[in-house]
Amino acid sequence: MDKVSKKNLEYLINRKDNQYEVVIGLEVHAQVLSDSKLFSTSATKFGAEPNTQVSLVDAAFPGMLPVINEFCVKQAIKTGIGLNAKINKRSVFDRKNYFYADLPQGYQISQFKDPIVGEGKIILDMPDGQKEVGIERLHLEQDAGKSIHDLDPQNTFVDLNRSGVALMEIVSKPDLRSPDEVSAYIKKLRSIMRYLGTCDGNMQEGSLRADVNVSVRAKGSKEFGTRCEIKNVNSIKFMQMAIEYEANRQVDLIEEGKSIDQETRLFDTKKNETRSMRSKEDAHDYRYFPDPDLLPLEVSDEFINELKNNIPELPDDKKKRFIDEFKLSPYEATILVSDIDTAKYFEEVVAKMGKNKDMKLAVNWITGELFAVLNDKNLEISQSPVSAKNLAILVNLIKNGTISGKIAKTVFELMLDGDKDPQKIVEEKGLKQQSDPKAIEALIDKIINDNREKAIEYKQGKEKLFGFFVGQAMKASGGKANPQLINEILKKKLQ
Amino acid sequence: MSDITKQSLTELVENIKNKKLSSTDVTKAFIERSEKSKELNAYITEDFTSALDKAKKFDQKPNLDLKLPGIPIAVKDLFCTKDVKTTAGSKILNNFVPTYESTVTENIWKDGAILLGKLNCDEFAMGSSNETSFFGNVQNPIDKNLVPGGSSGGSASAVAGQLTPVTIGTDTGGSIRQPASFTGTVGLKPTYGSCSRYGIVAFASSLDQAGPMAQNVKDCALLQEVISTYDSKDSTSIDFKRNQYSKELTNNIKGKKIGIPNEYRVDGMPKEIEDLWQKGIQYVKDCGAETIDISLPHTSYALPTYYIVAPAEASSNLARYDGVKYGFRAKGENLIDMYEKTRSEGFGAEVQRRIMIGTYVLSSGYYDAYYLKAQKVRNLIKNDFDEAYKKVDAILTPSTPSSAFKIGEKTNDPVSMYLNDIFTVPVNLAGLPGISIPAGHDSKGYPLGLQIIGKAFDEQNILNIAFAMEEKINFKNKITDWWIK
Repeated sequence: MDKVSKKNLEYLINRKDNQYEVVIGLEVHAQVLSDSKLFSTSATKFGAEPNTQVSLVDAAFPGMLPVINEFCVKQAIKTGIGLNAKINKRSVFDRKNYFYADLPQGYQISQFKDPIVGEGKIILDMPDGQKEVGIERLHLEQDAGKSIHDLDPQNTFVDLNRSGVALMEIVSKPDLRSPDEVSAYIKKLRSIMRYLGTCDGNMQEGSLRADVNVSVRAKGSKEFGTRCEIKNVNSIKFMQMAIEYEANRQVDLIEEGKSIDQETRLFDTKKNETRSMRSKEDAHDYRYFPDPDLLPLEVSDEFINELKNNIPELPDDKKKRFIDEFKLSPYEATILVSDIDTAKYFEEVVAKMGKNKDMKLAVNWITGELFAVLNDKNLEISQSPVSAKNLAILVNLIKNGTISGKIAKTVFELMLDGDKDPQKIVEEKGLKQQSDPKAIEALIDKIINDNREKAIEYKQGKEKLFGFFVGQAMKASGGKANPQLINEILKKKLQ
Repeated sequence: MSDITKQSLTELVENIKNKKLSSTDVTKAFIERSEKSKELNAYITEDFTSALDKAKKFDQKPNLDLKLPGIPIAVKDLFCTKDVKTTAGSKILNNFVPTYESTVTENIWKDGAILLGKLNCDEFAMGSSNETSFFGNVQNPIDKNLVPGGSSGGSASAVAGQLTPVTIGTDTGGSIRQPASFTGTVGLKPTYGSCSRYGIVAFASSLDQAGPMAQNVKDCALLQEVISTYDSKDSTSIDFKRNQYSKELTNNIKGKKIGIPNEYRVDGMPKEIEDLWQKGIQYVKDCGAETIDISLPHTSYALPTYYIVAPAEASSNLARYDGVKYGFRAKGENLIDMYEKTRSEGFGAEVQRRIMIGTYVLSSGYYDAYYLKAQKVRNLIKNDFDEAYKKVDAILTPSTPSSAFKIGEKTNDPVSMYLNDIFTVPVNLAGLPGISIPAGHDSKGYPLGLQIIGKAFDEQNILNIAFAMEEKINFKNKITDWWIK
């Protein structure tokens, strides 16, 4: 466990005499990573032509019946295991009834009373220590289709490609207290699901969206305030903005002596404000009841254990291992495990470095030079122009003294073009470090000879001139001289 | 052969196999009789031209190993049939042509049968007299202006009137057995999960079950043998070992224990029904079976339970008929207006009534009092049967509390209409098989039926009992062909 140091990082909203705490709970809708839908065999590929991935079941033709996709059930259970949650051996699919043009059945098949996954928890790494956030439940449900209102002034178009796609609704407890915690929560949840391969977490493509429940209360109060639900927010930035706006709106109401109405609100990303969508009185009566087309979902202990035994190493365990095995700092480990592809990359570098490896150096190169390049080129680490293998070779070249850190930067630049082997670059460009003490000594003798006055000044105490001599020596060697040797010899000669 | 349409399915199959008849002969005969029987209004959609083509094709290369070789069959218009209009008796599906085939009908075509057409029924199978059909009333071949029962009224009328050798109906609360009883025919509601619901327009998913309707028990057994298959496309389909019902049919029921449930003696039941029941008891005894008085204590709650569960499921199942994707659409100012007009104009009064009841019983605040309680009572009703089956092999009851009534007689009194299903509904709630066989006539000469209820998956047993009783009863349906000019 990280050290918990309670710094003054509390997120509070201040008004004249009062301080308010914000209470947040999230309902995340995560699209299950699956080639076919929850109750039909239609494909789920993103970006397909409208209405090309629709079966008779998805379009709710008369007499069509849902058949559960076992793979989606496994994905939900795996996610539950990843959330340290209770897996319910018996769960029930219910119908949530409402009319809308992009809901062909007139009901969504969801799980209401008996979800497939019960209570669990997620650990967040916050700057002031770790924080545990409770998971209330996870259930499986169908996505609806998509209504497109802006293609025609008179008509709404409906695309049913998404209709019936499997979603996991993951409901947190109201344990979050700030926009930063919300960000950390979403990132951690996404990370866990990406490790498990149960959701790609792609927010741009709508694979991960959230309804955000926000309430405020006087600091120190134990009672929850009246909450508002902000529907369907699809980026972390928007979630944070919406919470900030909504919390302040609620505080203002309280300060004015007004009450907060429990309602559903929408976040307007252009105006950066939340707007009332419908009040509690107007809330739909969804008339939930068990779907008679589907039997209760029953899974055996063997089924669950089989999945449990095949759960990959998850971020928290990986982090612990990185700290224990590779002696990384908690901070370094957190960065490297946060995304599965980064962790994979790092572990590959470690493997390729062989026996005599410099872990710190590898971490620095990944989180420094490599991240900077990726950032600059807007690339994912899975698209890195430098392979883990070649980065490992580069780090080893530094470690064994073949090249200096400075030369390594030049080599790295050259590697970017076509993932070139750094060993070859060093050979071809003659960048190998000069480590022959005699040669360096000769070189230094010449420099001191050429700069007699400066050498005298140095000896008289102008110590910062040491850098000048190092620079000259480096320059004279074309940057290849071993800097450590230059230092040692220079010190001796200038005594 | 001028009397082709008078032959049973079993006889027709035999004659085709012996090459005494061709599929074309048989198909022509049923088409001709159907053409002359328009007044019965049994058909919603005729598919005669195509049927004749298929018959000729069959005869060119007859596969006589099939169970229904070249046999023309009309089916209830609740089964989706590929490229043939399927309406469920409703205006809202008046223009609906499926691109797919229900599993049950697929099964009969695979075994050689040929589609004659789609038979009239109550709208979405909601009714007990076929009077809720958008396509008009169906006449009972027994007498003019007599209802054929419902919801499989067109099916019952077509079998009794010999417009089709056999047919497939569906039974949610009695929709096969009650019309069979009203028309002097045999109708089997199989165990829930025996026949696939895939491709059948849904009414109440936890109760709906397809089943055969025929002139006699053997035909019924043969058709059941063909339509009952396990189907992975229906999650409620059950993978159990199915018998060769017609081959294993026997009239030897010696030693069988038949339960007689006291609670089925309901208030106001006509004496002739009681008498019929007593006769039935005598028949099974004559066959060597033993009768035992039993109690099914929750019987009186079955009807109210049914009228909560079935409408609840229907209200949700029928939500898909919204004018958006297929079927009838009314013009509206906006989406909500379009929904309201489409569904007000597209659904008839009885369907609207049940959607409203169903919506009400599922509403928050009423769910526990109605739907949840009904589910609990449903379990009690199931338990009643489980208890009874510790002592008996099957149960004998009347099929209906009365014989067929006149068209219009009960249309303004839904409760008295619902009471028609009092003996059949418990069987659906418990998911059990039940068969209605004609057992006599009332004073007006109208047929009356007896029902044999079996244990789950024990279709063979109730078919055997029905087969044995059929021999003893020697029922003759009084069909005068009054509608043929």
